Amino acid sequence: MNYVKYRKLKNSIFHGVIFCITLIGIVILAILLIDIIKRGVPFLTRTFFTNFPSRFPNKAGILPGIVGSINIILLTIAFAVPVGLGTAIYLEEYAKNNRMTKFIKINISNLSGTPSIVYGLLGLAVFVRTLGLGKSILSGALTMSLVVLPIVIVSSQEAIKAVPQYLRHGSYALGATKWQTIRKIVIPSALPGIFTGVILSVSRALGESAPLLMVGAATYVSKLPDNVFSVFTALPLQIYYWMGLPKEDFKDLAAAGIIVLLAILLTTNAITIVLRNKYQRSIE
Amino acid sequence: MRNSVLMKRITALALGLALTATVAGCGSGTNDAESSASNADNTSAASTAEKLGGQIVIDGSSTVYPITMAVAEEFKNEQPGVEVSVAMSGTGGGMKKFVAGEIDICDASRPIKQEEIDQAKAKGIDYVELEVAYDGISVVVNKDNNWVDSITTAELNKIWAKDSQVKTWKDVNPAWPAEPLKLYGPGTDSGTFEFFTEQINKKAKESRTDYTPSEDDNVLVQGIAGDKDAMGYFGFAYYEENQDKLKVLKIDDGKGPIEPTAVSIKDKSYSPLSRPLFIYINKAKMDQPQVRAFVEYYIDNAATLSEEVGYVPLDSYDAIKEKIK
Amino acid sequence: MTQSVDAAQNRKIANTRIKRMKLSNTIAKNILFLFAVITILTTLGIIISLLRDSVGFFTEISIKDFLFGRVWTPLFSEPHFGVLPLVCGTLLITLISAVISIPVGLFTAIYLSEYANKKVRKVIKPILEVLAGIPSIVFGYFALTAITPFLKGIIPQTEIFNALSASIAVGVMTIPLVSSLSEDALRAVPDSLRQGALALGSTKMETSLKVVVPAAISGISASFVLAVSRAIGETMIVTIAAGARPNLTFNPLQSVQTMTSFIVQASQGDNPHGTVGYYSLFAVGLLLFLITLGLNILSHYMVDKYRKEY
Repeated sequence: MNYVKYRKLKNSIFHGVIFCITLIGIVILAILLIDIIKRGVPFLTRTFFTNFPSRFPNKAGILPGIVGSINIILLTIAFAVPVGLGTAIYLEEYAKNNRMTKFIKINISNLSGTPSIVYGLLGLAVFVRTLGLGKSILSGALTMSLVVLPIVIVSSQEAIKAVPQYLRHGSYALGATKWQTIRKIVIPSALPGIFTGVILSVSRALGESAPLLMVGAATYVSKLPDNVFSVFTALPLQIYYWMGLPKEDFKDLAAAGIIVLLAILLTTNAITIVLRNKYQRSIE
Repeated sequence: MRNSVLMKRITALALGLALTATVAGCGSGTNDAESSASNADNTSAASTAEKLGGQIVIDGSSTVYPITMAVAEEFKNEQPGVEVSVAMSGTGGGMKKFVAGEIDICDASRPIKQEEIDQAKAKGIDYVELEVAYDGISVVVNKDNNWVDSITTAELNKIWAKDSQVKTWKDVNPAWPAEPLKLYGPGTDSGTFEFFTEQINKKAKESRTDYTPSEDDNVLVQGIAGDKDAMGYFGFAYYEENQDKLKVLKIDDGKGPIEPTAVSIKDKSYSPLSRPLFIYINKAKMDQPQVRAFVEYYIDNAATLSEEVGYVPLDSYDAIKEKIK
Repeated sequence: MTQSVDAAQNRKIANTRIKRMKLSNTIAKNILFLFAVITILTTLGIIISLLRDSVGFFTEISIKDFLFGRVWTPLFSEPHFGVLPLVCGTLLITLISAVISIPVGLFTAIYLSEYANKKVRKVIKPILEVLAGIPSIVFGYFALTAITPFLKGIIPQTEIFNALSASIAVGVMTIPLVSSLSEDALRAVPDSLRQGALALGSTKMETSLKVVVPAAISGISASFVLAVSRAIGETMIVTIAAGARPNLTFNPLQSVQTMTSFIVQASQGDNPHGTVGYYSLFAVGLLLFLITLGLNILSHYMVDKYRKEY
């Protein structure tokens, strides 16, 4: 009897302990956010969004970082989504279950686990040097596309898999070819899921800094980029640069930049959640 | 049916997003014009010269970087259409790009070397050398360091020599505590590194290697400011800018300890670590109007801006102006 | 008569249309296949560009000197290219971060999968997702401006750039990775196993630790391997908070340089194209790629194994 009590007590203690452990992540997240908000908010003025970086902290702004990041993301989406979606369609709809397919699948899972800095080295060697694209937005976006490609592929695959088989069969029964079925039935039904993947890759591309650092994004640019060969900077790189300056004010400025970055990320995440809910409802 | 409705909605959403991005881009563009217009009021030298475009690519010494950055920032108010990018790869790194014709202007904290001149010649690159300010390499320790105020060049050599066995402060001078000595210094492509090793170790680029090197002097400032037992060296401006966090050492070269100040650097009594700073300009690029405008602007404002960021201006820039006419 | 001509014509039109449909289907299939091939080209591109520039390195430095040399000073007048200090720095960071992320992640997963009710899960899961989505540069900032001063307050001899602070940040960053993958593995364990254990009079704790966790062990260990792989490849946190001194030490309070932070430092212009220093960048990158590739394949193998069980 006593032994049972002891075991039950042990269970309760265990319950309490792992609950506290679960809270560790949440508490640290809270500390991190409070710390950053406390430091950064005083610098979130209107001019912070409209000015260029400056050697005077109160005149410094993050405009080129924001514009650079938007440019990088739009181009990255333009490159990665067609290729990623195409690959997913091929793998889910066309590919036979042979060695080649298996190899492609394993390869994709390896790519998703490859450190982003390695993509940066690839971008430096191939896009910047070999193809001679230089330290441009184009080099940065191409490199970033490769970083997010596995995310687009895997989430599109999930979305396509979730399309009920009877929709396809109905289409075939009407005499449609596979490609017509894909275009008119599968992709439209899978679209919300695909869109979720796109947003996931946007948030990844937004926060990633190592690959851009490797392809040589500049620390200071005096002019907004006007074409894909312009030099550029990006939000996380501007934050990284300010963080490296010894003056405390610049560290707070970096915190303000982080707030902007996190606000954009949370917005994109919220869109994902809304879409996911909508998607689930429409399938029902 | 339902699918096509959903698809339309998604497409609309995607379009909406794209539109927002474009509008954001446009909006920020106009704001930028506004803010630069208001900034222009701050610069007295606001001339109504023709508006230029094009690109200027600058790289090189992190010691000279603060001056060039300040010039670039002010120049932007004058010529908002010109794209100026400033990087810091160290004098050596910048020179390698300069002599290959990859960059227009190279910041340098030492004069160009013969081998670099030869490489430039081989590529058909002619250059203009302009002195822009004076610097005194500052040897700094942590603010809380209370045991050392001045150091002799012999002691510096003992610390930084190639096979230095110095591990603690006590190893350098028995009067100092037995705390571990943590060293910070510029990276090996830095002109500061070359000049310092040449003056202190009597051979350029010969140094102990077990210290924290960085081409970015801000990293060194952070390191030394955060560590009571640390010591390091870099350009005077980085000390001036961070005086509240650092303590500078007087240097004794046999004539008594001298502190680096505007006066001692200018009259070279802060010896042997006083030196001039340069920019090198690709002569062919001087024909491009935006490069010429930038260089002229640089020299016109070098006196005020180099002093503002913490260096010592030349007595007169007239001779320099002659050089670019 | 005319009717049969019409029918023939209609059949003809239908046939060409079907042919066209089939043709566009074939074209689409082939184009999509080419897209899939791009993923393979990416891997090839990585391998070729790393190998090509590493060859320049290994013609001057022997592989043995590279892998087993104890001094890493590629940028000095007498360069040494022993990668051990960088490997040691990476190992140190990875170990400490794993000590944080693995137990915290696993117990979080056990709590969420076995103990938490629906309401609690609904609150905690999205928060962990937010934590997982925070860019590493933010964790780097947190390490430098919050964790390091905190550590210096406790242990004064902590250096301003130190391995411990970076490791803590990397560990926290990888908690959600371990917890979400482990939770998936735990949830995949059939309920019959739990019910059997409970019917025999086990407490929830005994059921979780002695039945469910062992049943999910391959999936759980795959999540550990992925967390380690992620820590090895983590770049920004270590570049910001761990310093840049190649240091053959296991003292976490000192400044170290990892493989990734060396790549960043050396790419920032210190090494112009064509020098051994520039090639060393790719040699270190190759080593990093091979290590993470090995770990990824290992975790893949583990997940496969765990899928087969049920």
